[in-house]
Amino acid sequence: MENKNRCALGSENILDKSPEKKEQLTKYLEILDIFKEEKRRKGKLIQALHKAQELYGFLPESVQLFIATSFKIHLSEVYGVISFYSYFTDKPVGKFKINVCTGTACHVKGADKILKKFSDTLNLKEGETSKDLRFSLGGLRCVGACSLAPVVLVNERVYGNVTEAMIPQIIKECE
Amino acid sequence: MIKNKLDLEKYIKNIKETKKSPKTQIVVSLGTCGRAAGGMAVYEKLQELIEAENISDITIKKTGCMGLCHSEPTVEVISSDSKKRIIYGNIKPDNVKTILTVREAGASTLTAVPKEWYYPETEDNTDNSPQARIVLKNSGNIDPASLDEYFMNDGYIALAKAITDMTPQNVIDEVKDATLRGRGGGGFITGVKWGLAAKEKNTEKFVICNADEGDPGAFMDRAVLEGDPFAVLESMTIAGYAIGADTGIIYIRAEYPLAIATLIDAIKKAKEKGFLGNNILSTNFSFNIELKYGAGAFVCGEETSLIKSIEGERGEPTNKPPYPAVEGLWSKPTIVNNVETYANVAPIIRKGADWFKKIGTKGSPGTKVFALAGKINKVGLAEVPMGTTLRDIIFKIGDGIPNNKEFKAVQTGGPSGGCIKSDKLDLGIDYDTLKEIGSMMGSGGMIILDEDDCMVSIAKFFLGFTLDESCGKCTPCRIGNKRLHEMLTKICEGTATPLTLKKLKNLSEVIKITSLCGLGQSSPNPVLSTMDQFEDEYLAHVNDKTCPAGACKGLLTYNINNKCIGCTLCAKKCPVNCISGEKKEKHTINQDECIKCGVCYDVCNFGAINKK
Repeated sequence: MENKNRCALGSENILDKSPEKKEQLTKYLEILDIFKEEKRRKGKLIQALHKAQELYGFLPESVQLFIATSFKIHLSEVYGVISFYSYFTDKPVGKFKINVCTGTACHVKGADKILKKFSDTLNLKEGETSKDLRFSLGGLRCVGACSLAPVVLVNERVYGNVTEAMIPQIIKECE
Repeated sequence: MIKNKLDLEKYIKNIKETKKSPKTQIVVSLGTCGRAAGGMAVYEKLQELIEAENISDITIKKTGCMGLCHSEPTVEVISSDSKKRIIYGNIKPDNVKTILTVREAGASTLTAVPKEWYYPETEDNTDNSPQARIVLKNSGNIDPASLDEYFMNDGYIALAKAITDMTPQNVIDEVKDATLRGRGGGGFITGVKWGLAAKEKNTEKFVICNADEGDPGAFMDRAVLEGDPFAVLESMTIAGYAIGADTGIIYIRAEYPLAIATLIDAIKKAKEKGFLGNNILSTNFSFNIELKYGAGAFVCGEETSLIKSIEGERGEPTNKPPYPAVEGLWSKPTIVNNVETYANVAPIIRKGADWFKKIGTKGSPGTKVFALAGKINKVGLAEVPMGTTLRDIIFKIGDGIPNNKEFKAVQTGGPSGGCIKSDKLDLGIDYDTLKEIGSMMGSGGMIILDEDDCMVSIAKFFLGFTLDESCGKCTPCRIGNKRLHEMLTKICEGTATPLTLKKLKNLSEVIKITSLCGLGQSSPNPVLSTMDQFEDEYLAHVNDKTCPAGACKGLLTYNINNKCIGCTLCAKKCPVNCISGEKKEKHTINQDECIKCGVCYDVCNFGAINKK
């Protein structure tokens, strides 16, 4: 399938902006051995997307197109996979990803109040990223640290037994 | 490289004899939750002090989850002279110096975890403790990065026995005879599944381990993967031998980075010793295991969706039959079992089906790991024989409800399960009894609810989860659950009529019988079971427009009682200025303007605001 010249109108070509990332991605695809004609090649797609998101922070259209071309599949197939899995995102995310666990244990311990407080303080809705790309706010389904409920994750850092009063401090610690 | 069964026995004998245990061993629990609670800082402090003070008779060890989430970070001290072991809970780096001095003797500044909670040596000791450990036997006990420690705890004996002394059919018969039921939720008999796959004449077959633990509030699989990874690898290899497969795949959540790292390390070490790879133990049997990562889709815990996801597609389920055992990954015969199920396989092969059947109930032998969370004093992992009563689990092991609140219900089975009321507390639980009362085992999450939890809003919470996670392929699940959620929202807001309740029940039943996969078929369970057990609460919401638990915002009224001293704090904080009154006099709330935000209730220092 021919994907060339199909890059979306008006979207920035993030892929070519950083050649070193593109090189890393290409190398990874080579290690995955996807350039070989093989019936089961698509089984490696999700792995490739994980790597790409790790490199770019998100999956812009130009990156999706590059991966689609490499796998010799249509862009829509790649987009179909990305849009299905909540781990993948095609929008840029903030430097600090604030995720409030909304699993059952955290829910019964008041996670919705915590999420609302973050939302009010940062002026962001769940799933949004601030314009300056500093903060992303999101909900998250159970990290398995239920003894610490309610739990908030800022990037990899875990805050346990979070109260509304702790929120300004948590945001401050991001600075 | 270990060449055969005899070689393995010799090797184990040798390490047992030559490995001298130090005078004192200190074990730090460093699963994900232990690390989140600050366990790593404790471990580093131990390392630092032992080095600085040149202590030679203490060794320190990292281990996985001990299951004692309520006391994390936990540190165990084991004395080789007195054989005494003690676990200290809630340890901070400041406590480390004391531990190194008093060791197993205990000190007033250290809190020891009660022994009832932890019986490390009790795989057979099922009589006098409510807990019995088969699956979690090694987790929190051994160093997950050490294959030698796994060997010393009978590791790989089962695999050696299976491929040396048993035919594949023997293995299947043993697992079938043990009546090991799928611990992922459905409870299908594992041996039967294996038998189906073994019968298929195909040169290529797959063994898949479902480690996509997505149920909110369930984390036992993570504990096993982080604390005892070789047990999963060994059992998958046994499964491969039984059905005639040479490839195993572990499908694991990307949200479990520590479990992933532990598994990658374990696979490498098992390969080096010849327990994975070609010609295992010098036989014709070869087996390899690879990892595949999930990407955050709850439905991928369903086996057909999981297979689609491994194939790089959207994880949408397919119709069964054909079952994966006949036509699974890349259309080849495939068995899919979850982590906890596999963790039972090696002990069954090692000790025999008869031993296994002595534990638990007749229809559901063995143990089950439950993750206790929510409104309970001791959050953690508890492994109990099937048939243990909820009362034992919640009040004996979990130590009851915090803040003197009343126990209201326990939610089992995650978003597919149901709620169980206090009148069923003395019911011994297994797959069948739970199903009878409208809930299900699920993966073993247990969320304990107290008097402040509104059952309608709990049902709404789970529906919200299903809505997010429905893949959208079939209509009943995609649209039906949306309508259910809307109706529940109406009930919580006080705009529902008695007809809404009727519709809610009807639609729930329709979704149950018409959805394509397990997710949709079980999604109305939280609604149906709460409607059945807590009908009065639904009626109160609909007829009286009140929420008995005081949780549904739209149905609350805030009033100021006589405790008010007129400090004016609430009036200042009220966002809509609907509180009025003179200084030092009782204030009142204008109910017409009140938006029920609850700020006054939260800021009042005198308990003068009533919420009803």
